[in-house]
Amino acid sequence: MNWKIPAGLLAVALAYPFIFRSNFAINFGVLVLFFALIGQAWNIAGGFGGQLSFGHAVFFGTGAYCSTVLQLKLGWNPWPGLVASAGAGALVGALIAALSFRFGLKGSYFALITLAFAEAFRILANAVEFTGGGLGLLIPLKRSAVNFQFAERIGFYYTILALTVLSIGIAIWLKCSRFGARLAAIRENEDAARALGIDSYREKVKVMALSGALCALGGTFYAQYYLYIDPTLAFGVDKSVEMLLVSMIGGTGTVYGPLIGSLLLALVGEGTRAVTDAQGLSLIIYGGLLILIIGFLPNGLVDLFKLRWRRKARA
Amino acid sequence: MLEVHGLSKIFGGLRAVDGASLAVAQGSIAGLIGPNGAGKTTLFAALTGFLVPDAGSVRFRGEDITARPPHHICQHGMVRTFQVTQPFAHLSVRENIMVGAYLHTPDRALASARAEAIARQVGMAELLERTASGLTVAGRKRLELARALATQPKLLLLDEVMAGLNPSEIDELIPVIRGIRSSGVTVFLIEHVMQAVMSLAENVFVLSYGKIIAQGAPRQLAADPVVIEAYLGRGAAQRLAGGAHA
Ligand SMILES: Nc1ncnc2c1ncn2[C@@H]1O[C@H](COP(=O)(O)OP(=O)(O)OP(=O)(O)O)[C@@H](O)[C@H]1O
Ligand SMILES: [Mg+2]
Repeated sequence: MNWKIPAGLLAVALAYPFIFRSNFAINFGVLVLFFALIGQAWNIAGGFGGQLSFGHAVFFGTGAYCSTVLQLKLGWNPWPGLVASAGAGALVGALIAALSFRFGLKGSYFALITLAFAEAFRILANAVEFTGGGLGLLIPLKRSAVNFQFAERIGFYYTILALTVLSIGIAIWLKCSRFGARLAAIRENEDAARALGIDSYREKVKVMALSGALCALGGTFYAQYYLYIDPTLAFGVDKSVEMLLVSMIGGTGTVYGPLIGSLLLALVGEGTRAVTDAQGLSLIIYGGLLILIIGFLPNGLVDLFKLRWRRKARA
Repeated sequence: MLEVHGLSKIFGGLRAVDGASLAVAQGSIAGLIGPNGAGKTTLFAALTGFLVPDAGSVRFRGEDITARPPHHICQHGMVRTFQVTQPFAHLSVRENIMVGAYLHTPDRALASARAEAIARQVGMAELLERTASGLTVAGRKRLELARALATQPKLLLLDEVMAGLNPSEIDELIPVIRGIRSSGVTVFLIEHVMQAVMSLAENVFVLSYGKIIAQGAPRQLAADPVVIEAYLGRGAAQRLAGGAHA
């Protein structure tokens, strides 16, 4: 294991708010890290585990609603709420996985079933009382770190940094642990994995729980950052697609792919906004980039870096 | 070590395995032969939990393991290889073998060391860092064997590991399999390559249309008219005998 890359990245990320002090810059950093976190959550199931999901918003929304409802209805502090969210995300992940994999759903069928769950949760959140229905939930402003409502944006920055570091740490662990090796085996050839003594059902449920927990952390962070959540923001298809894109553009099944994809997403978004006000232009550019990347770098942008490293190693 | 009683597996109307009974003794090398489509692979799949038998029972190391899931059976000490090789294509040879080795240790360094030792044992030490998808047929067959071996089985089921190999590759693999047996692993192998069956197996079962039609030492079976007919068709034994007299 080469620790130079993660250590270097971490140093840069820690120093960033002191180099770029503007609100705009900090906000940009928060967004990059936020998408890197939920992209990594998707990547852990979709890339490492090989279980492609179109409905990861179901975990994101579960997290967002879990901590917010606990806070507004039961008076919980959002920090323990964050932990509860991770638990709820893990539970929903395990349940969806248990149901799907019991019935042997794979590939596009699994993708569709996750999408269906996300939509069902969205409709449910619209319909029931305690989620505030379609109006959503507004978290009352009470600025303090104790309340997970930092007076300075830098507090949010370091919080999301910690969560993203956790997600990348988990990805690194998957690269070099038995659990990760088993996931790779299942992804590559499930029958062969089972023949070698791997309980593929159990491992797949475990990875979905892990991915669901991480994604839910992102949900709680989102709710606390914007102090507002509604069914479409929480469970909408947009979130599911964004997580998937961030991961695919950067490189699925890689440790830094989601971070690279998220950085690109944010740069393209801000870049086009600077040039034009036209809504949706950034999406068109993003779609175009995606086509180019899938065409020329089917393993994602990390391949560019790998090529350079290899060239350097040879030189 | 392995006792199979009246095992049947039916696909639609086809009795792929039809009331097969057999026993494999601990420490032996047993063979399973039979014409194409006789049901050999299906029998292995039913023993290892990949197919649920329609009738019959499988006892292994004193326990009834009929219809247990594959990973249970592997953990209990019986592992199969696949006739059509099933490598983890994008992983290296080392990583492929480590998946097997991880069955008994969560430790990465230990699993890696075991993978290396096994690669040496099956003669693919130089290929450790190769990606599995780039291996030749012979390489893939060895990798199947190595991965299975890495789970430290008590009984190793080999489904045509010699198929597609050239004569010199076969000559290399035969002592490897002998070595596996002398290290204490019982071997049960499906094989079309008669040279391999003859030189390796002590006891051979002949499967035809899902039924065990004969059993015995390989030399004795080669002269058995029932077996010859199963391979060459009805009356073949007589014709051969007639030809010999003429
Ligand atoms: N999953 C399946 N569904 C339906 N029929 C099957 C299935 N698997 C095998 N069969 C049929 O069962 C019979 C036995 O097949 P099997 O693969 O066990 O034979 P085999 O003895 O291993 O043959 P070979 O020597 O060619 O490998 C064949 O007629 C085959 O077509
Ligand atoms: Mg076969």
